[in-house]
Amino acid sequence: MKTELNNEAAVKAGPNTEGMNQEQLRQLEEGVSLKIDRNKDFSNAPSVLRGEGVTRIFTTGKTRTVAVDHVNFNFHKGELISIVGESGSGKTTLSKMLLGLLEPSDGTIYFNDQVRDISTGAKKRAYWKGIQAIFQDPFSSYNIFHKIDSVLEDCINLRGGKNLSKQEKYDMMTEACSFVNLKFAELTNKYPFELSGGQMQRLMIARIFLLKPEILLADEPTSMIDACSRATILDMLLKLRDETGMTVIFITHDIGLAYYISDAVYIMEHGKFVEQGPAEKVILEPQAPYTKRLISDVPKIHEPWDLSTVG
Amino acid sequence: MKNTLKNVFHSPRFLVGFIIFMVILLTVLIYPYFVTRDPLLSLGKGFLAPGTYLSVYDANNAPTYRMELPEAAINRLESAIPTEDRQVMLDFLKVKGADVSGVSTANDSLDDLLALWKANYDEADVKASKYQGFSTQAQRNKLRRLNTSILASEQASAMSLSKGEGDAVAVSDTDYIKVNEVANAVSLPLGTDNFGRDTLTELVKATGVSLIIGLIAGTVATLLGLVVGLLAGYVGGIVDDILMFIANLFTVIPGFVLLILIYYSVGQAARGITTCALVIGFTSWVWTARSVRSQVISLRNRDHVNLSKLSGHSLFRIVLTDILPYIASYVVMAFILQVSSGILAEAQLSLLGLGPKTTDVPTLGLMMNWAKLFGAYTSSNAWWAYFPVIGVIALISFSLNLMNTGLDQVFNPALRD
Repeated sequence: MKTELNNEAAVKAGPNTEGMNQEQLRQLEEGVSLKIDRNKDFSNAPSVLRGEGVTRIFTTGKTRTVAVDHVNFNFHKGELISIVGESGSGKTTLSKMLLGLLEPSDGTIYFNDQVRDISTGAKKRAYWKGIQAIFQDPFSSYNIFHKIDSVLEDCINLRGGKNLSKQEKYDMMTEACSFVNLKFAELTNKYPFELSGGQMQRLMIARIFLLKPEILLADEPTSMIDACSRATILDMLLKLRDETGMTVIFITHDIGLAYYISDAVYIMEHGKFVEQGPAEKVILEPQAPYTKRLISDVPKIHEPWDLSTVG
Repeated sequence: MKNTLKNVFHSPRFLVGFIIFMVILLTVLIYPYFVTRDPLLSLGKGFLAPGTYLSVYDANNAPTYRMELPEAAINRLESAIPTEDRQVMLDFLKVKGADVSGVSTANDSLDDLLALWKANYDEADVKASKYQGFSTQAQRNKLRRLNTSILASEQASAMSLSKGEGDAVAVSDTDYIKVNEVANAVSLPLGTDNFGRDTLTELVKATGVSLIIGLIAGTVATLLGLVVGLLAGYVGGIVDDILMFIANLFTVIPGFVLLILIYYSVGQAARGITTCALVIGFTSWVWTARSVRSQVISLRNRDHVNLSKLSGHSLFRIVLTDILPYIASYVVMAFILQVSSGILAEAQLSLLGLGPKTTDVPTLGLMMNWAKLFGAYTSSNAWWAYFPVIGVIALISFSLNLMNTGLDQVFNPALRD
């Protein structure tokens, strides 16, 4: 109930809600009612992010590195997509392009079935209302000179809550923190480095909770965190997805994790998608040799670890 | 913040540099309250060696005290026969064939030297026999004068003074006066320069002016370098290309040549200290810009900057809050070095005669320039007119560089050896 109140406040709040598209407004009004079924078929759901021939080439002097090589993808609304690949396969470059932090060298990206236009600062800001990210390293994700409050307050401001009273803002922050099992009263006026890695990453999720974007891009959000906190954080991500119906793009090197949480899986090798499809199909019946290798590389508790594939 | 400051002041290098710099700064600030004289006031003519100068007139009128110093006579003798004369005496004695072993020009063998001299010197003999090295009339006259002055200084001479309109009063060789009872006594710890100006007062004023020049030049250079570096590094692309092209131009053309050309075209009349400082600042921003740029490039792809972008912050705000604080320590260090090099640049330019106009204020460089122009290095041998200036320049840049390395150690612990 609290969430709904919170959303109403955000909708009422500022003139900025006019900038939101209909989809977002509808989502805000419906609040958390959208539930996603694990076995739901997303192929008929509307596309939120689509890419055709997306390529990124880095040139330094005469060396050309093709980081992402003509990839095609189609992410549907409410879907949880995992992009799996080893280090250096181009996952992070792709995620930067999806976020609009990096321009593709070639190819087109469609956002809500329209060619994405982020040519000006204002258009970029509008785009970033629809897509947000959680980064790999929580320790470097925060500006060490700013208090935690300002991180969360930025989110409220971005959602048009600039003119809310202090108390309202405080309530929203408290709610967001309690969503990720943090007590805002204990965190307020603290600097990020006073928190543990797990707490920092949970705070990042609280940030997403306040922003409620259409798409969340999580770039290995659990790789820097111990196994216990990892489960909590994944749980929270899934809970957040279930509550808000956002599309989650999960970038990971852990194919087991991808199988556990995703609807669709894209396997990336040397900047190309070598295999893609529903999670069950890709992981239980892998076709590409790279996928098979990735699966066999996962250490298992009850059988000896097959290291024969390690080149 | 508090902790950083504590760390900074625990670094011995920074502390030493800071103390030296503060001593210089405090001297510059406090000294004018004790010596209110105009630093450019001409006290006399030409170089006067360091020391306390008493007015002869007032010394005569000062009350006298009787003092019987046992070594008074020998002191008087020692100061009456300078070392050069003693050398001449020794040379003569050697030619004459006297046994001069164990006798030198030093004060403690003056007695022996005088005894030997009296035993060997005979005016008629010198005139008749032409000793080697003392054969010409002039050389013989010199020996004769020397002998006269030795005889004169051995006898306690009677001296009389006329005080006011009254009778002459005899002055005994045991009469003394007190320095601070002389109405006009000038203490010149560093003597005077070629214009007869008190070097110490001038030096203190010059240090202050040079520090101001360094501060203005450093601020201008750092601000300019910071803006260019931040923009070039963060925005990148064409902006980076253009700004770095300009920076490269400044790098390729030697800054000092540029400085000389600008200085020359401005003309001396228009060159106040502010103009000088600004010109120095405008030609030395390049390396700050380059290093700030490289720091920003390594920062701009960090996650916290990306997150700030995603939060919809403007370029201005990202640069100001997400980049600048991270390089602040670096900028402070660059600023300190810029101040130091600003002071040095002023000294170099002024030494070449391209400094601020000479009538208003002294600067360290101008003092060096005057010392050079009026032959303090060469003909006058007036070390006091330039050596303290060199010392102060060295101390300032030493202390600033020490502070810089101290800060470097605190902010980059990996550099510690």
